[in-house]
Amino acid sequence: MKMKKRIYIDNIETTVNDERNLLEVIRAAGIDIPTFCYHSEISIYGACRLCMVEVDGKGLVPSCSTIPEDGMRVRTNTAEIRKMRKMIVELTLASHDMSCPTCAKSADCKLQDLARRMGVDEVRFKKRAPKKPIDRASESLVRDPNKCVLCGDCVRVCDEVQGIGAIDFAFRGSESTVTPCFGKNLDKVECVYCGQCVRVCPTGAILPKSHISEVWEAINDPELTVVAQLAPAVRVAIGESFGLEPGTNSTGQIVAALRKMGFDKVYDTSFAADLTIMEETNEFLGRIENGNKMPMFTSCCPGWVKFAEQYYPEYLDNISTCASPQQMFGSLCKKTYQRSGASSAEKLRVVSIMPCTAKKFEAARPEFTKEYGRDVDYVLTTRELALMIEESGLRFPSLAPDSFDMPFGFKTGGGVIFGSSGGVTEAVLRYAVEKVTGETNFGYVFESVRGNKGIKSAIVDLSGNKLRFGIVMGLGNARKLMESIKSGEEHYDFVEVMACPGGCVGGGGQPVPENMETTVRRSRGLYENDRMLQLHKSQENPYVSELYDKLLVSPNSHMAHELLHTSYKPRQRTEGDDVSILSGQADDRTEITFCFGTGCFVKGAQELLKETVDFIREADIADSFDIKATFCHENCSRGPVVDYDGEMIEKCTFDKIVSRMSAVRAGKE
Amino acid sequence: MNKVKLEGIRDGYNKRFDCIDKRIIICAGTGCVANGAMGIYDEFIRQLDEAGINVIVELDKEEEGTLVSKSGCQGFCQMGPLVTIIPGKTMYTKVRVSDVSEIIETSILKDGTVERLIYRNIETGEGCPSVDDIPFYKKQSRTVLKNCGLMDPSDIDEYIARGGYFAAEKAVASMSSEEICKVVKESGLRGRGGGGFPTGTKWELAMKENSADKYIICNGDEGDPGAFMDRSIMEGNPHSVIEGMLIAARAVGANAGYVYVRMEYPLAVARMKAAVRKAEEYGIIGEGAFEDRIDFKITVMEGAGAFVCGEETALIASIEGKRGMPSPKPPYPSTSGLFGKPTVINNVETLATIPIVLGNGAGEFMNTGTERSRGTKTFALTGHVRNTGLIEVPFGTTLREIIVDIAGGVVDNDGNPCGVDFKAVQIGGPSGGCLTKEHLDLPLDYESLKSVGAMVGSGGLVVMNQQTCMVGIARFFMKFTQNESCGKCIVCREGTKQMLALLDDITEGRADETTIPLLSELAGVVKVGSLCGLGKSAPNPVLSSLEFFKDEYIEHVVNKRCPTGSCKALARYMIIEEKCKGCGLCARKCPVDAITGEKGMAYRIDADKCIKCGACIEACRLSAVAMG
Repeated sequence: MKMKKRIYIDNIETTVNDERNLLEVIRAAGIDIPTFCYHSEISIYGACRLCMVEVDGKGLVPSCSTIPEDGMRVRTNTAEIRKMRKMIVELTLASHDMSCPTCAKSADCKLQDLARRMGVDEVRFKKRAPKKPIDRASESLVRDPNKCVLCGDCVRVCDEVQGIGAIDFAFRGSESTVTPCFGKNLDKVECVYCGQCVRVCPTGAILPKSHISEVWEAINDPELTVVAQLAPAVRVAIGESFGLEPGTNSTGQIVAALRKMGFDKVYDTSFAADLTIMEETNEFLGRIENGNKMPMFTSCCPGWVKFAEQYYPEYLDNISTCASPQQMFGSLCKKTYQRSGASSAEKLRVVSIMPCTAKKFEAARPEFTKEYGRDVDYVLTTRELALMIEESGLRFPSLAPDSFDMPFGFKTGGGVIFGSSGGVTEAVLRYAVEKVTGETNFGYVFESVRGNKGIKSAIVDLSGNKLRFGIVMGLGNARKLMESIKSGEEHYDFVEVMACPGGCVGGGGQPVPENMETTVRRSRGLYENDRMLQLHKSQENPYVSELYDKLLVSPNSHMAHELLHTSYKPRQRTEGDDVSILSGQADDRTEITFCFGTGCFVKGAQELLKETVDFIREADIADSFDIKATFCHENCSRGPVVDYDGEMIEKCTFDKIVSRMSAVRAGKE
Repeated sequence: MNKVKLEGIRDGYNKRFDCIDKRIIICAGTGCVANGAMGIYDEFIRQLDEAGINVIVELDKEEEGTLVSKSGCQGFCQMGPLVTIIPGKTMYTKVRVSDVSEIIETSILKDGTVERLIYRNIETGEGCPSVDDIPFYKKQSRTVLKNCGLMDPSDIDEYIARGGYFAAEKAVASMSSEEICKVVKESGLRGRGGGGFPTGTKWELAMKENSADKYIICNGDEGDPGAFMDRSIMEGNPHSVIEGMLIAARAVGANAGYVYVRMEYPLAVARMKAAVRKAEEYGIIGEGAFEDRIDFKITVMEGAGAFVCGEETALIASIEGKRGMPSPKPPYPSTSGLFGKPTVINNVETLATIPIVLGNGAGEFMNTGTERSRGTKTFALTGHVRNTGLIEVPFGTTLREIIVDIAGGVVDNDGNPCGVDFKAVQIGGPSGGCLTKEHLDLPLDYESLKSVGAMVGSGGLVVMNQQTCMVGIARFFMKFTQNESCGKCIVCREGTKQMLALLDDITEGRADETTIPLLSELAGVVKVGSLCGLGKSAPNPVLSSLEFFKDEYIEHVVNKRCPTGSCKALARYMIIEEKCKGCGLCARKCPVDAITGEKGMAYRIDADKCIKCGACIEACRLSAVAMG
């Protein structure tokens, strides 16, 4: 047996287990060394310098990047170290806008906490940085660079865990700033709004875009009916904001709080999740039967959906057409309220409470905006709800539990485990096995699809048909899986993708967890909730059956499609305004837009544009044209692509443009 | 390529060289080029041609005539453009295009000397017809720089004729990795880039790593203000760098190398690239080099001009196409460097020293320098001295020898000699510290400099006279480092910014009794807390000037006065009563009516109104207005 290393931390002998660095050993020994930039799941960065400790023979070293050596003597609390930590916090505060009382992060801001812990009682340095603009442009997230401590956690989680890299550092030295490319706002870049950056940000520099005041306003409006839907992952996490252990099921308290706050009805998104299972499983089995494109990807995660639209548009037909439970709920709720006369869809407000920041973006997608407005009007994250509860003065842990309203408050365990990675797959299996085999008497637990691995796979035998299920959490892992599918290295029939590590329980709208262990405990809470419920299989939900009887007829019916399904669009093109090359003065103008994406550019788009403009100028007809350059019509294989007044000319040549011009002129004459 | 072929090339070149009659070497270092060296070069060719002399630009065949070549930096930049005539090594200084005809007349067509163009010893007034007579050169030990300035950097044959690539041939053909590392280790060679880490040990660490891919990086990202040693080597003797890299590759088992040069050195980039191409052509590097004994490919890469990219981990990130930011060590590059593979990063000068170490043996190399700092070191000599330029001296040389013997003594702000009445020397650039009069006889080496809070650094040497404000100098360097901080670690990014702000307060009259203690407390934290060498050494100029010139700081803070009058914001204008005759001219010139008085009586300046424009000083014919 290999002897374990032993080190001395502040003269106390400590065994090194499987910790990867000195910082982890010290923390395991019960000393909470402060850090800004250390997260166990992302790479070591070594920038905050707060974890410096004194090692005999080496002097001050950053413990995060020091490997423990046998016999090492470490001191964590010398006068020099204390002085330095205090100075680092002081320096950080000097470049921070210190608008703490009005910051939404105030309660769990690491910087504030450290300032208190280190006893920083004054900032002797002067503020010198001018205020930078705040990015509120996206539906989901607000970036305030004035609060950024440049620890780079968001940059690394976006790149390393999510494989996106929507933000990075720009400029140097004290001018350094974290920003999307070219200083754009988040709505114009590849951000999928998963909010993992929010999860790791130690300060209030990236926060979910708050809907709190809009929700209060709706509640206080006597004209409106306001209903809430509660996502599964919220119930096992919100307690953390009130000192409860992660994984504690607080459903009853949340319902009670929502009622006291003035919501007219409180429902459970898990009901819609049960409905999703009915639709999605039938779609899946139908695809197998009809020999459609496989694998089928799940569609309940809006971060994943946008990710796929951006990077894998060729697979959009493979994504289940089911709208997410949040959107199914919204659409269904508005429809049934209108039908029953309980409220007009215009006067009904659906507020969803989600562990997720991308849900705010999803709710705002045009596909989910109908003639009466949005299906889901507002999305509150778990943390926003916690703030509203605090604002209301409710003592959360001691609230008497209350139950959901019916019918949309009834769910099975299948709809609850949606909040954990593997949950959707398991709920699908609980239905698919029964539907295919006709068997009803089987255990509802599918252990092989559970667990905290980034990529899981399971083979399930459905009446002799061996189906491969893939389960992914984290978009970086999703990319790996997609590439392996693309290359033909892997084959799957069904793939569940959750953008966040752990699934929705690790969402960007959740209370900031200490570490990944927190997420695991939340998952455990959901499976426990499943175990405690009477029903576990979505198909057993009596209210779902009733809904099919009364309204939807059957899964994937025409009505179901109208209410519960959606479509996707490729998002490869760079967002941004077109560049105007020439704009005419005549009233009746023809608009010609040249694609300047890389593909078209290398195929000669620039020369084509020049030739066209020269021709128009020479012919003295410039007043009748608006000529623009744009980025990517997403038809790269058939470039150069030119949009001639709404008509796409593929493999365009100068001759094609000229003949189009003469055809139009001939038509006019 | 093999030894016999090398000898063949050498002998061939020597034969061709023996045919020529004279050689004119025009210094084409950046300094001389800026002063018009290229025009002089063209003029020589034109006039020689006109005079019916066979002008040889490329020595590629045996023929009689005059060889005209461009060399790398010859070091004596102060006196450029420099033209040297071989034989005789006659050096002409401050040559202009109009001098060309006279030089041809006297030194090419005849064997005479144009007296008015040779360097004159300032003390004795004696002319120095040969390079070797000039005190500036006489007191140096040009070893690494020996061939810089004497040869045509674009002619690989000349490099070989001067013994080049024989050391590499020996390493490749007949030495094991262990043997090479052993020689380098024994020689005591230490990194010339600043840190002073033993080169042989560095190589050995990488050699012991088990990896199919290993890299050698030549760090040519020289960024210290005023330093140009590496540039001169790359421009003047690029093949010595390639040879050093090749030997390093042999020692550690590397198959690829990068020369990382800052973009601001276009000539160095061009010369390095050309030299790499030539070496490939000759089968010295690249595929199948030295008769398939080694496969080592070199790529020349341009940096984007960030000072921090001279730090090895930041440089590696930059080559990998990432933002140039340092990473925590460990892992060290020798274990996990470029693309995660074992990597050796050496400075240009270190690599250029390698062929000398291997060629002459460790024993001979150890003969120069001090016990723990072997060999010679190049310095870029600038500031208030008579002779600025590029020098090379053995470790252990004293500051006095450099300033008095080589640099020709200190000068005042107007360039007049003032002996050794100097105030301080900033050594090691923005990362180094200052040395004062008390250090004049300190033998310079890695340890002695460290012990007084300075460092060898990459070798910048800025001499300052008594009229220099040390707070201002500290501020100058702090502004540099805070500009060049990459922004990664809090301590350096925010610390340098706040140190600069505190220095601004001191030099602009806003400081109080808390400023200096806060500055030194902060400097202490930045020194130990920063992630990389840039941050760790950034406070050095402040700390060392605080140590040696604290009174000057206190004078700024307490009396709001800059003793040298350099800090403009603190300057106060006043009229010296005894000198003022009351003509009123200054009052009429003052744009803000700050000067009042009665005709015939001494005038007065209202300090609150004065905007320190200096118009009164210029106006006064009696020098009655002074700054204090």
